[in-house]
Amino acid sequence: MSKETYDVVIVGAGIVGAACADVFATRGLRVVVVDRDVVGSGATAAGMGHIVVMDDSDAQFALTNYSQRLWHELRPDLPEDVEYEQSGTIWVGADEEEMAEVHRKREYYQKRGVAVEVMDVCHLKEAEPNLRDGLAGGLLVPGDAVLYPPCAARFLITRAQQRGAKLRLGASVVQISEGSVRLSDGQEVAGGIIVNAAGANAAELTAGIDVKKRKGHLVITDRYPGFLRHQLVELGYLKSAHSVSRDSVAFNVQPRRTGQILIGSSRQYGAEHKEVDQVMLARMVRRAQEYMPALGSMSAVRVWTGFRAATPDKLPLIGPCPGYKSVFLATGHEGLGITTSLGTAKLLVDQVTGSKPEIAVEPYLPSRTAKEYAHA
Amino acid sequence: MPSEFTVRVNGALVSVSAGATVAVAMVIAGQPCRNSVMGEPRGPLCGMGICFECRAVVNGIPHSRTCQLLCEPDMEVKTDE
Amino acid sequence: MNNYSREQFDVLVVGGGPAGIAAAVRAAESGVRVGVVDENVVPGGQIWRGGPSEGPHSSDASSWLLRLKKAGVIVLCGKRVFHHPEAGVIMAEGLDDVWELSYRNLVLATGARERFLPFPGWTLPNVMGAGGLQALVKSGLPAQGKRVVVAGTGPLLLAVAAYLRQHGAEIPLICEQTSWRRLARFGMSLMSHPGKITQGLQLKRDIAGVPFEANSWIIAAHGEKALEGVTVSHAGRTGVIKCDYLACGFHLVPNTELAILLGCRTRNGYVQVNDLQQTTVEGILCAGEPTGIGGVDLALIEGQIAGLAATGRTSEAQALFPKRERFRRFARLLDATFCLRSELRSLPSPDTLICRCEDVPYSRLREHTSWRSAKLHTRCGMGPCQGRICGPATQFLFKWNPDSVRPPLFPARVELLAAQPQSIPEVTGEIQ
Ligand SMILES: Cc1cc2nc3c(=O)[nH]c(=O)nc-3n(C[C@H](O)[C@H](O)[C@H](O)COP(=O)(O)OP(=O)(O)OC[C@H]3O[C@@H](n4cnc5c(N)ncnc54)[C@H](O)[C@@H]3O)c2cc1C
Ligand SMILES: Cc1cc2nc3c(=O)[nH]c(=O)nc-3n(C[C@H](O)[C@H](O)[C@H](O)COP(=O)(O)OP(=O)(O)OC[C@H]3O[C@@H](n4cnc5c(N)ncnc54)[C@H](O)[C@@H]3O)c2cc1C
Ligand code: FES
Repeated sequence: MSKETYDVVIVGAGIVGAACADVFATRGLRVVVVDRDVVGSGATAAGMGHIVVMDDSDAQFALTNYSQRLWHELRPDLPEDVEYEQSGTIWVGADEEEMAEVHRKREYYQKRGVAVEVMDVCHLKEAEPNLRDGLAGGLLVPGDAVLYPPCAARFLITRAQQRGAKLRLGASVVQISEGSVRLSDGQEVAGGIIVNAAGANAAELTAGIDVKKRKGHLVITDRYPGFLRHQLVELGYLKSAHSVSRDSVAFNVQPRRTGQILIGSSRQYGAEHKEVDQVMLARMVRRAQEYMPALGSMSAVRVWTGFRAATPDKLPLIGPCPGYKSVFLATGHEGLGITTSLGTAKLLVDQVTGSKPEIAVEPYLPSRTAKEYAHA
Repeated sequence: MPSEFTVRVNGALVSVSAGATVAVAMVIAGQPCRNSVMGEPRGPLCGMGICFECRAVVNGIPHSRTCQLLCEPDMEVKTDE
Repeated sequence: MNNYSREQFDVLVVGGGPAGIAAAVRAAESGVRVGVVDENVVPGGQIWRGGPSEGPHSSDASSWLLRLKKAGVIVLCGKRVFHHPEAGVIMAEGLDDVWELSYRNLVLATGARERFLPFPGWTLPNVMGAGGLQALVKSGLPAQGKRVVVAGTGPLLLAVAAYLRQHGAEIPLICEQTSWRRLARFGMSLMSHPGKITQGLQLKRDIAGVPFEANSWIIAAHGEKALEGVTVSHAGRTGVIKCDYLACGFHLVPNTELAILLGCRTRNGYVQVNDLQQTTVEGILCAGEPTGIGGVDLALIEGQIAGLAATGRTSEAQALFPKRERFRRFARLLDATFCLRSELRSLPSPDTLICRCEDVPYSRLREHTSWRSAKLHTRCGMGPCQGRICGPATQFLFKWNPDSVRPPLFPARVELLAAQPQSIPEVTGEIQ
């Protein structure tokens, strides 16, 4: 069988693989993207599409902030169906303790040049009249946005194709080795470098990386234009999402341009099957109703699940794969891969081409975990 | 319930017999049940609760499937926008 | 949550059409606790929903409905099954109530819906399904003096035309897409189904004088805000007919979504069952249209077999096998006679909407290679009908296979998803 050869073989046509293809093709490299399914069908199809700046750690802030800037720059080129909407985020504080977090967060963001605004309870009610009474206030981050991830991935892939990239769908990669990947039909596709962007499945292809599946549920409603204006996230979310081992739910709702409301979110370890887990679903919906009672009587059109690719320190793996010379990783984005896809692609191409990256790459290098584990 | 009564469809009174569904009242009134995502008028298609084309606002509740809902005296029905 | 109720059954039947009624009646003969849940306000399914006085099956209808009443079956009407939260439990939503129904044996008798195919103008108000318009007339829409073109394919067209005529409608034309040749073969084969002939003769009387064309289909519907007329293709010629309603359906598609949600395997689009109507999931049986579109007689037999099998009366069930085989032959005949001609694939123009919920035109779907791809990138099938209309249409147009089924099976109130099944209290024995 003849062997195709490229400069770059990207495994995975999720948003991360798509963003990488776009950037590599722009730099003039010959790229092929291989996916066993269709474009944007993995976590990218399941994700909420919240483009959000987060400050769990300095490194997380740096990458999300950088990526958000890239999304803003890309905005004029985005087609209608990406449904990009700068709706802003409100971090909702339920009590005084969470308001303390609001103030801490404001200071952190402001110091680093991100516009934010503290809202008192009246302000909050005015901005989102359907929130329950008795909340304490919130923090508005007006630069955050919302988009529809599968179409964003498709846009990036299409642009890469216009720049010469090839796309092979329905082709399952069974093995990644030095300089080539093998498909399930036995065919080999060779590349100067191989990028493992297989999302939550990445660890199946390059052994020894610590990427675990973290399952999430989402509910989408029928159209209720005007009911919700911002993405709302409870600050208690920090408490629950921080835990890297326990199952958790949080109030996290998103207005879609269609007028639909996306209700999240849940985090679950060790759940390998895609089926809806009624206990998690029930907990998640109850949490949402606690904050927004009127959600209860809305019509829910669909429920689905997806897998986030989680790493122990909640930062992605971007860079050379330990133990290989030509294999690179672009995975481990947990619940932020839609946001950080663009930054990831830039940081990766900079490493490959030896250009100077705009933010420090060290915190995301896969080799870090190897070291950390040695200490742990 | 009386055997004939009226409901209001987009402000106009429509007379229906007991047992009529809200979808029937809307068809009699010549009013669309909903306007589609792109703004096209739509009316019932399947008549059996499957297609969701007959969604309308019934007594203030949006997205009500009118082919599965019986008319009641003084019901207020509006096209779902 | 208000009005949350729990019930436990030895045999629970989903669907109160002929198949479901027959299953419930036969199962209840064993003295076990039997329930039927159906989304309509009264039992009867698609064919008997207008009550026993309507249609050519009236005697069958009244006798089965009477047996159901006498059998001590708990009938839950106006409740739609939307969820399967855990093994042995399904949930049903009413207007302002929700039911958690647990079962030892479950009989799925969820029937069928019409197949709709897109053509320019098919989204205009007053273009309806054939069964759709019939259902509306059954629920109070006056047909007196209305001009109705009946079109599509399948035996339902004649039944609907006859029904509408009885109710005062004028039928300028019935357009059947299949060929005279196929119809003739079908007519010959009916000789071996005498019951069908009497039904057919009755129908023929009811529609005497109504123009009927085979090889004929609608190529466009016209109108400003609602339907005003249709363009019909017949034997290569086209003509315009003015009308108030178009009743247009292309035979039936089985409602297999619940079965799939429960993990039952399907084959060629139908729920796979063995001789005893048992699906591939232990304790779950299936009868009627979801196992093959075969009409009311087959539904009744399959329902009985399922009801008997669910209560361990295997030999009585076996006695019905030969009869079932006869009606199954008829089902295969229906499939062969009314299979869709390929010309219908070219009816949509680029801007014809295929997904009516999300307004996705034909031109945007053409670029895709699978249902999943189209769904993700165009929102086709993502609306509240969950692809029940555009799914079968794209299956025909593009040969796409449907996706997996996820809860809720039908859109349901958000709060109902928060319901958590609890251990069920002891059966009270109360029969309503
Ligand atoms: C419920 C939920 C909510 C989320 N919300 C947000 C949010 O609001 N904002 C945000 O920024 N992020 C969010 N995320 C995270 C985001 O969705 C993911 O981080 C992101 O989609 C990851 O993209 P990816 O391209 O790495 O992975 P994927 O989209 O999973 O893509 C991987 C691709 O690889 C392919 N593949 C896998 N194995 C093989 C193989 N062997 N051969 C060939 N192809 C293969 C798959 O088919 C798939 O297409 C959320 C995630 C979930 C689950
Ligand atoms: C629109 C339509 C009109 C028809 N008109 C005629 C006619 O005039 N003459 C004729 O001979 N045949 C007609 N048929 C065919 C006839 O319905 C079938 O041959 C026969 O009724 C099949 O019986 P069944 O029990 O399998 O299904 P059905 O009679 O369809 O019964 C299934 C029942 O299950 C219910 N159901 C489905 N899913 C759920 C759920 N999730 N929760 C609760 N309830 C549920 C349905 O609402 C329905 O009441 C029609 C079919 C359709 C679809
Ligand atoms: S007409 Fe189809 S759902 Fe009401």
